Amino acid sequence: MKSFNLSIWAVCFFTAQFSFGQFENLQLGTITGNIEATYQFYRPDSTINAQVPPEKGAMNSFANINYRNSFFKAGVRFESYLPVLLGYPQRFKGSGLGYRYAGFSGKNLEVTVGNFYDQFGSGMVFRSFEERQLGIDNAMDGVHLKYRPYKGVELTGLAGKQRFEFDSKLVDGQGIVRGVNAELDFRSMFPKIDSIGLQLTAGGSFVSKFQRDQNTILILPENVAAYSGRMKIGYKDFFLSGEYVIKENDPSTNNGYIYKNGHGLLLNAGYSRKGFGVLLQAKSIDNMSFRSDRSATLTDLQINFLPALTKTHTYNLAATLYPYATIPTGEIAYQADIMYTIPKGTKLGGKYGTKINVNFSTAYDVSRKSILYDSLLRGYTATPFGMSDSLFFRDFNIEISRKFNKKLLVNLVYYNQAFNASANIVAQTLGYIYTNIVVADVTYKLSKKHSLRGELQGLWTKQDKGDWTTVLLEYSISPHWTFAVIDQWNYGNDVAAQRVHYLLGSVTYITGSTRFMLNVGKQRAGIFCVGGICRQVPASNGFTFSFTHSF
Amino acid sequence: MKTISVLFVFLLMTVVSFAQEKLPNVTLKDINGNAVNLSELSNNGKPIVINFWATWCAPCKRELNTISELYPDWVEETGVKIYAVSIDDQRTVDKVKPYVNASGWEYEILLDTNGELKRALGVNNVPFTLLLDGNGNVVWKHNNYNPGDENELYEKIVKLSAE
Repeated sequence: MKSFNLSIWAVCFFTAQFSFGQFENLQLGTITGNIEATYQFYRPDSTINAQVPPEKGAMNSFANINYRNSFFKAGVRFESYLPVLLGYPQRFKGSGLGYRYAGFSGKNLEVTVGNFYDQFGSGMVFRSFEERQLGIDNAMDGVHLKYRPYKGVELTGLAGKQRFEFDSKLVDGQGIVRGVNAELDFRSMFPKIDSIGLQLTAGGSFVSKFQRDQNTILILPENVAAYSGRMKIGYKDFFLSGEYVIKENDPSTNNGYIYKNGHGLLLNAGYSRKGFGVLLQAKSIDNMSFRSDRSATLTDLQINFLPALTKTHTYNLAATLYPYATIPTGEIAYQADIMYTIPKGTKLGGKYGTKINVNFSTAYDVSRKSILYDSLLRGYTATPFGMSDSLFFRDFNIEISRKFNKKLLVNLVYYNQAFNASANIVAQTLGYIYTNIVVADVTYKLSKKHSLRGELQGLWTKQDKGDWTTVLLEYSISPHWTFAVIDQWNYGNDVAAQRVHYLLGSVTYITGSTRFMLNVGKQRAGIFCVGGICRQVPASNGFTFSFTHSF
Repeated sequence: MKTISVLFVFLLMTVVSFAQEKLPNVTLKDINGNAVNLSELSNNGKPIVINFWATWCAPCKRELNTISELYPDWVEETGVKIYAVSIDDQRTVDKVKPYVNASGWEYEILLDTNGELKRALGVNNVPFTLLLDGNGNVVWKHNNYNPGDENELYEKIVKLSAE
């Protein structure tokens, strides 16, 4: 049986790589994918409380291999954790297949069996995705169908379990997730709408999960449904969009086993033209943790995705010390984002124009009214956008970016934030942390291929660990080399012994789609984020070597 | 088993040619809501660049802002067309259009909100650049951005358009 499987693989591989000489026009498909390996060696360091696993070193490796031709697709991901890097879910262990699929991909019909990722609407009702660097992967394992019967109509149906852990093979959670979705694009369906320049789309979803009730005290709903409707209208430079989700009562660890419906409401309005853009967003979330296992916590077995309405920051003091994450049990949030380019050739705009981005976001707890005599089981009542005066997060920031000449590019950012450390537990203290952050980022091109970039950052606060500064120097030689040194210094810590320098050196070599990277030094305990999703990483000292390649 | 072995031998004996990598049959929306099937992209026999980026990715924005100033010259000299594929997820995808407009980018912008194209092309992290020849074959891939990398890309484009 094994040799048979191997032969099939060999045939797949060869048919994929080559096409017959006699049939030049018959393309037998292509193989794409990527390989990634990260090895980290840990050294003890009591000053930063660095952790060392018994193996002293840890390695995560992945290889994605996708095959496709004009109608067939298949793929696998090999994964290996020997052992898993600190900071990743520790239930990832061993080597094997963590993801595999095969399917048909025609012009109007797509069928996938095995693992797949998809999203309905904004994802508040359903989203399966992978963020490998964070160890988040809630891939579905089942069957997925997408059908486009007419121009502008897209129907999706899916069923499956969700990836939960990896123990030399993929291990799914016990709950089953099923869903259907319809998306309508009226502009494609009715040319009249298109001719007046109107953009109009609508969609609706139904998602349901099943999990056996094995609770000896409570009678729990085994099937829990959630449904959503959405719409987007665009006219000329304006757009308006919204989605509303209702989740039926779903007692879980996350909500304290209350029998109460949840809701999610997201509204966006935007306007943009050349040189100017503005986006306004509002969100109301209540009791919207939706998982295929009612006892799961953290980022495990999530069926939906509740993004935070805050700017995703890129500079490390602003991005990784006190980042805000959505409170799934309930929050009301608003955000305004304004982008403007002062035209080039003006006094303020300079030769190349100057970019300004002003952003304001805030989130509050939901106003909850307790239910007389029945709050233990039914919880409370809440209304959309009914907010309490308990602040979760507030962020005002302004970013100015200006290219002075062919050689000099300067980026300045100021942030003023209030972070409720009792709502998002990431700091060593509870209560509010008020911060002021300033960043200066200067890139200077020494020659056509050589350039130098420096970052100077400061964070000032009276709470938690006090003031920080970050200094970064990066020297790059295009297109292959980057050398960088970064020092994060907690110079304002109340405890003199904890005023530590986190010094890290790094060398990167890139050729085409291959990258080698070596980091040596100390890493601060804290939050590591990719695209606004974060995970906790412990402090470490040692070196990391990583290799990535795409093919 | 037997047929497979026979097929295997046949394959090895056949004089073969590489199947060039083309873009997959993946449909994405552009920032105006139009559906675009990547396998149907064409630029009248001229090269195409696919660049993966995100609004939260500083080197990506540095790269696309740099190329944006050179783009009119590039188009005039080589006829190249650039598709900037945003991998922003639901949290930030609504910022793409205002950002692109405010920055004055002239690229075609596609939204890969669920990472479908990114996965199909084996993209590890952003920024990531693919270069396609006039027949839609992927001929070059590049990961990351350092100032000056745009020169390497442009040399490759010039070489392609001269062919």
